[in-house]
Amino acid sequence: MTTTDQRQVDMMLNLGPQHPATHGVFRMLLTLDGERIVDMEPHIGYLHRGSEKLCENESYGQIVTLFDRMDYIANLNNELVFVRAVERLMGLEVPERAQFIRVLLCELNRVASHLLFLGTYGLDVGAMTPVMYTFRERERIQNIFESVTGARLMHNYIRIGGIKEDVPSDFTARVRAALEFVKRGVDETDRLLSFNEVFLLRTKGVGVIDAKTAVSCGLTGPNLRASGVPYDVRKDNPYEVYPYLTFKVPVGERGDCWDRYYMRVLECHESISMIEQCLDLLPDGPTMTQTRRIARPPKGEVYVHAENPRGDIGVFLVSDGSDKPYRLKVRPPSFCNLVALRPMLLNSYVADSIAILGSIDIVLGEVDR
Amino acid sequence: MIAGLKGFLTTIRWVFKRPVTANYPEEHLPVQPRYMGFPALLWDTTADEPFCTGCMVCVRECPTQCMSARMHDNPNFAAGTSHRRKIIEHFEINYNRCILCGICVDVCAFDAIEMTHEHELASYARNGARADLPILLSQGRRWMERSGWRPRNPEKNVAGVALAKRAPATAATKLDTGSGKAPSREDDA
Repeated sequence: MTTTDQRQVDMMLNLGPQHPATHGVFRMLLTLDGERIVDMEPHIGYLHRGSEKLCENESYGQIVTLFDRMDYIANLNNELVFVRAVERLMGLEVPERAQFIRVLLCELNRVASHLLFLGTYGLDVGAMTPVMYTFRERERIQNIFESVTGARLMHNYIRIGGIKEDVPSDFTARVRAALEFVKRGVDETDRLLSFNEVFLLRTKGVGVIDAKTAVSCGLTGPNLRASGVPYDVRKDNPYEVYPYLTFKVPVGERGDCWDRYYMRVLECHESISMIEQCLDLLPDGPTMTQTRRIARPPKGEVYVHAENPRGDIGVFLVSDGSDKPYRLKVRPPSFCNLVALRPMLLNSYVADSIAILGSIDIVLGEVDR
Repeated sequence: MIAGLKGFLTTIRWVFKRPVTANYPEEHLPVQPRYMGFPALLWDTTADEPFCTGCMVCVRECPTQCMSARMHDNPNFAAGTSHRRKIIEHFEINYNRCILCGICVDVCAFDAIEMTHEHELASYARNGARADLPILLSQGRRWMERSGWRPRNPEKNVAGVALAKRAPATAATKLDTGSGKAPSREDDA
């Protein structure tokens, strides 16, 4: 007769919220069977500021500053989607020059955001060098933003009916000069990291999610395209001047961490070519429509979505005709992408959890709002 | 072996290049001309008084409610050296709350407030991040000297120009009644 206890006990592991690799304050409760993850529960809300509720007490012009602070790595993309929602409701025609400048800056911001991802994803899996290169190139883009909008992060530049002011006279030359460096920087990071043997071992075949699961989880953006679904709002529901631009939508095959990483490298190249096309096509003209200083959209509701660096961001806006929205709901891509984290993590090793979490590129400011 | 040497060569090459970073407190990188630092109030040299009339529009439009303002009757208006009926008496900006969005500059109808290049917040005083009227005006004067600031709408807002435009009307009563749109807006506020 033996008294050995044969029961199997799972271990609970708390990852975060202070863990540096969770990219903010994100906590996940992992249930481990040995080194395998058998269950995962995300805990969010550490950065909750109630932005959606705050919007109900701010005038439309002031809300742009709140959208800056949602996805704080792609501020201009966020501003654009909100401003488009208000313009759609008011039926405003935005001058073409303003639209081109908006798209140009948004694509620049996409490159900056992806550069940040490439560097920090390297850090997540143990590569120290690439982050130095990507931050150096990102700095050039931030300098352009500072010269155009007056701020490095919280721009408040895209306004209802246009943009705040026209770009400075040396804008085109500066962007072209910076793009040369950025192109070289992306290539350099690509050479350094993408096909590095250790990096491949850490990311290939890790955190696989197939197209069907990805779609049913509501995954969007580069994460979805890595699974082989060519969905891009810029192509499928074009807005602003994207119909004038030619670009490819990079699509992955396996839907693993490496594919998700490599989508960003390819998207950087596409965005750079889009910026160059915008510079070539940039028309002259006004940058702001004539509107009343205080925007008062008519009664009604509108849903507008756009392609952010992290995925499909949507804004649902209900107006009661006053100068403040009645209700504003944001569909944040980072938050919806987090849903897919569980299917990715299940049955993988705990050592891969950081590589998987890093690869979906969340911004906690947007997850919690 | 050769790949390793190539790697070392890259590293060694960077030793002789200027670093892209700067030692911040000792060394300040220049900011761009459009940079938006903390707002300051500007000084109308033609009437020797601030541009600001205390109309409160920036206070109302500020997303973070970081400002407060109070106006009083302008003694220079009674003396005939200014076209502003009301003038700012008390103005305070809490720099800790200011988010540098520039909305106050956009909404100001009197060219009175401008984003300067000041951006360093640390101070030894407990209430050091609160700027009252003298501080704001001195920063505004420094900004005007440094940047060569020009008012966007001098005919309406610069006392010397506005008074000279009205000069042919001569009579003091004219000055009271026909002072245009700006004073009536001040009265409303």
